[in-house]
Amino acid sequence: MLNYIIRRVLYAIPILVGVNLITFTLFFVVNTPEDMARMHLGIKHVTDEAIIKWKQEHGYDKPLLYNKQAEGVAKLTNTIFFEKSIAMFVFDFGHADDGRDIAYEIKSRMLPSLAIALPVFFLGLFVYITFALVMVFFRMTYIDFWGVVLCVALMSISSLFYIIGGQFLVGKLWHLVPISGYGSGLDAVRFLLLPVIIGVISSTGANVRWYRTIFLEEMNMEYVRTARAKGLPESIVLFRHVLKNAMIPILTGTVVVIPLLFLGSLIAESFFGIPGLGSYTIEAINSQDFAVVRAMVFLGSLLYIIGLILTDISYSLVDPRIRLE
Amino acid sequence: MTSILFLCRMSLFFQIFPKMNLLVVLILLLSACSGTIWNNPYPSDDSGKNILYNAFAERPKHLDPVQSYSSNEILFTAQIYQPPLQYHYLKRPFMLIPQTVNKMPIVQYFDENNNLLPMESEVASIAYSVYEISIKQGIYYQPHPAFAQDDQGKFLYQDLTPGNLRDIFKLADFSQTGTRELLAEDYIHQIKRLAHPKLHSPILGLMADYIVGLREYAETLRKATAVAPKDAYLDLRNFPLEGVELVDAYTYRIKIKGKYPQFIYWLAMPFFSPVPWEADRFYAQPGLAKKNITLDWYPVGTGPYMLTENDPNRVMVLERNPNFQGEFYPAEGMPDDEEKGLLEDADKPLPFIDKIIFSREKESIPRWNKFLQGYYDASGISSDSFDQAVQLSGQGEATVTEAMTAQGIRLETAVAPSTYYIGFNMLDPVVGGRTEQEKNSARKLRQAISIAVDYEEYVSIFANGRGIPAQGPIPPEITGYREGEEGINPIVYTWQDGKAQRRSLREAKALLAEAGYPNGRDARTGTPLVLYFDVTARGADDKSLLDWMRKQFKKINIQLVVRSTDYNRFQDKIRKGNAQIFEWGWNADYPDPENFLFLLYGPQRKVGNNSGNNAANYNNAEYNQLFEQMEKMENSAERQQIIDRMVEILRQDAPWLWGYHPKDYTLYHAWYKNVKSNKLSYNTVKYLRIDPVLREQKRREWNEPVIWPIGAGVTVLFLSLVPGIIAYHRRERKVMLGRSAA
Repeated sequence: MLNYIIRRVLYAIPILVGVNLITFTLFFVVNTPEDMARMHLGIKHVTDEAIIKWKQEHGYDKPLLYNKQAEGVAKLTNTIFFEKSIAMFVFDFGHADDGRDIAYEIKSRMLPSLAIALPVFFLGLFVYITFALVMVFFRMTYIDFWGVVLCVALMSISSLFYIIGGQFLVGKLWHLVPISGYGSGLDAVRFLLLPVIIGVISSTGANVRWYRTIFLEEMNMEYVRTARAKGLPESIVLFRHVLKNAMIPILTGTVVVIPLLFLGSLIAESFFGIPGLGSYTIEAINSQDFAVVRAMVFLGSLLYIIGLILTDISYSLVDPRIRLE
Repeated sequence: MTSILFLCRMSLFFQIFPKMNLLVVLILLLSACSGTIWNNPYPSDDSGKNILYNAFAERPKHLDPVQSYSSNEILFTAQIYQPPLQYHYLKRPFMLIPQTVNKMPIVQYFDENNNLLPMESEVASIAYSVYEISIKQGIYYQPHPAFAQDDQGKFLYQDLTPGNLRDIFKLADFSQTGTRELLAEDYIHQIKRLAHPKLHSPILGLMADYIVGLREYAETLRKATAVAPKDAYLDLRNFPLEGVELVDAYTYRIKIKGKYPQFIYWLAMPFFSPVPWEADRFYAQPGLAKKNITLDWYPVGTGPYMLTENDPNRVMVLERNPNFQGEFYPAEGMPDDEEKGLLEDADKPLPFIDKIIFSREKESIPRWNKFLQGYYDASGISSDSFDQAVQLSGQGEATVTEAMTAQGIRLETAVAPSTYYIGFNMLDPVVGGRTEQEKNSARKLRQAISIAVDYEEYVSIFANGRGIPAQGPIPPEITGYREGEEGINPIVYTWQDGKAQRRSLREAKALLAEAGYPNGRDARTGTPLVLYFDVTARGADDKSLLDWMRKQFKKINIQLVVRSTDYNRFQDKIRKGNAQIFEWGWNADYPDPENFLFLLYGPQRKVGNNSGNNAANYNNAEYNQLFEQMEKMENSAERQQIIDRMVEILRQDAPWLWGYHPKDYTLYHAWYKNVKSNKLSYNTVKYLRIDPVLREQKRREWNEPVIWPIGAGVTVLFLSLVPGIIAYHRRERKVMLGRSAA
């Protein structure tokens, strides 16, 4: 298994370089270094001299990918792409265009993102699986039928509606929790209660239907018939046998997203005033801050790769037939 | 009452489900009885304190006064830093008064040989203007570690080692602070910082044209930085600047090229605030920037407030600077200020408020709802909540709705010193013209369009009435603006029944025919007239606005094609003169007509001059000559005459659709005092006062928790489980029976 992990980690390097190259190309197709300088310096009173100085100071005065004037390997290394990319592989994200340290920013915004994402993830997983199992248990009955109807209804409503509706009812009309905001330590709980509940509810429809489908598929397997034939109660069949055997598809969908929880949620964080990472990339794209965009895309792809490796490892843990070689 | 109801419901609940969630219900009951507000987003310890609660949507990028220029940045820096001058809080039109200076700066004029000239000298003979500024004694900086010294007078934190920084994560982690008196050299230091190669001051280019030696100074500093080790501290005290002179500890001079009367307004902006060298040296130490401990993040000022918490993703906190003293609420204002209660605090020491908490609210809906709950003291009005907040009286006057009145909320309106316009590119052959004949034709075309595009309708539909259609480039409350009949644009309006009346479409069509496009078709070729409107990429929300604009042109049979592009390409088109018709805007830097009229000054044309601000590329010899005359003059009847003539030329030539001047609507709670809208200066928090007792009382009244939904929710959840449990037992029994039978 160790060999497998090392191999996967090595595979990750060309993937990350590729992602970085694509991000770089896409970004600079839309924005030139001069555009970035103008965006940063503002519209009023900006001189050509100021733009040239800004580009020099931020290292954007070199060729993008290939330096014709340079000699030897410097043709590739004395470029914006190389100079801005290489440091990231040792996790030196550098400074944003406004001078702030990107690593510091990511670290300070990661925790609030996790504070909302982790409870939603784990509580959601518990709720979705429980409801899906209940619906499978009562399959072909009115509970199953109305459960599916409810799920479809929940799926059909935009997540924004849950947020605005939840804030209106719970925060504005009933005055039970703050409408938005964030606190440190235990004080954060009262701010997180509503976004977590809304986060779980807004994803319930799609997830419950997804898990129900997985469980129903398992229910038709021969081992289930055997378990029933042995006289096991339905609850034991479901919770001990079906659930365990449905772990592979469940893990496929869940483990891969665990590392990405760090990156937060754009809409929920915006509406609930959670100072997380959700909007960091979007804000950077809007302000043409390439340093932040490349750092966040790099981090996103790295976390995704980690998620995939974790998924593979988890397969081998839940299914002894799988060997990672 | 709610608690009693809740108790009744709970007792019923217990009768039905005696084992259910007893603990949860008890917790809820205890919380209900404690009398606290559940939805208060602030710590309960802060209740009833003299704190102002505000919101901000966009995080400030720079808090270093050499860089901060946007209003969302100056909102903070203006409370912390003190430039020499400020605007009078109550008097209108805007008037400069001393802030840290004893008296208004003395200006003297000199010729090429540095000989003193009389004040009334010809502009052409003035080679230099020298501003002598004397600051008050006894002004002290906020407590800051950069000033901290031991008993021997040695700085404690100016030679930090990596070991010293191990436990430092924010500025407050430095245990010792110090202060020192404000000196004239601090103002000089900041002027030098404008040229620092690493700071990228947005006004360096402009100021280098005026402050003697600043351009050369920037080059000197660039060279010094290039040879110094990376991130080394550049001690500006070792680099003299020709255009500034330290007279004594409290007096300095600034030497300006020629005559530039508008320079005095710059002395009221944060760019000219004092920055102590100790702060620069402190923040330049290795390792601090990595922890975001920079001057851009933690300002050091002498103003009434200091930034004590800076988490621009969540909250920024300003607290009273304990070393601030010596400033008092104005005793004079406008005639109606006394009636409005704005002089009740006359001569009282400033500031009134102890702390200001700015919370980041990116979305308007939660911000609005929290304002209604009393958790923000003031609020703007988004389009979504406009109808809920404001109603128009029979006379068209905006007032708050009954619901707002019942909450004690009041409305303050003010026309912003800004203008949003639509420009014609004068280099374009159709709307600008190349030959004299084409130019005449294009002028009539522009005049026809000016009549057709109905800005009264625009303001009514797209700005909820929050704006006034512009009659020219100068907004109200700026010198040179004319009101009433003498202020109307006669090309577009006539004066009827005491108000401006837009000219008819018939007149617009006649002008169009004179321009060579009868019925919107080219008289020579018969082809329909198609014009192009360049805009930055718009969302779906703006479709109606663009449709409306097409409809306006269609009224005189002109086809308008909207060319939407991203922001960068749009800017590029404007710089290269490839746009035909475009929209643009301008916010005043200072209340002088020069700051608007220069937007149409020929040498400021964008094409061929990237730093120019004349996006329409308008160039009129007479206008240019008048501008050059007017910009060097002090305000006087003669200057007003020149301004009137310049505006008249512009109205005739119509290089812009004059658009509108936006009107800001702000709502204030009853506990908010001393509000007088001031859209030019931002250092106004020190004048505000709140009644925290009234606020606390209202918050409790408005936010009593409604608990029954929790009980109802638990009940519904439990009841929904019952059929499932019954069905489960029934099914299990059935299976068992089946097996028994088998």
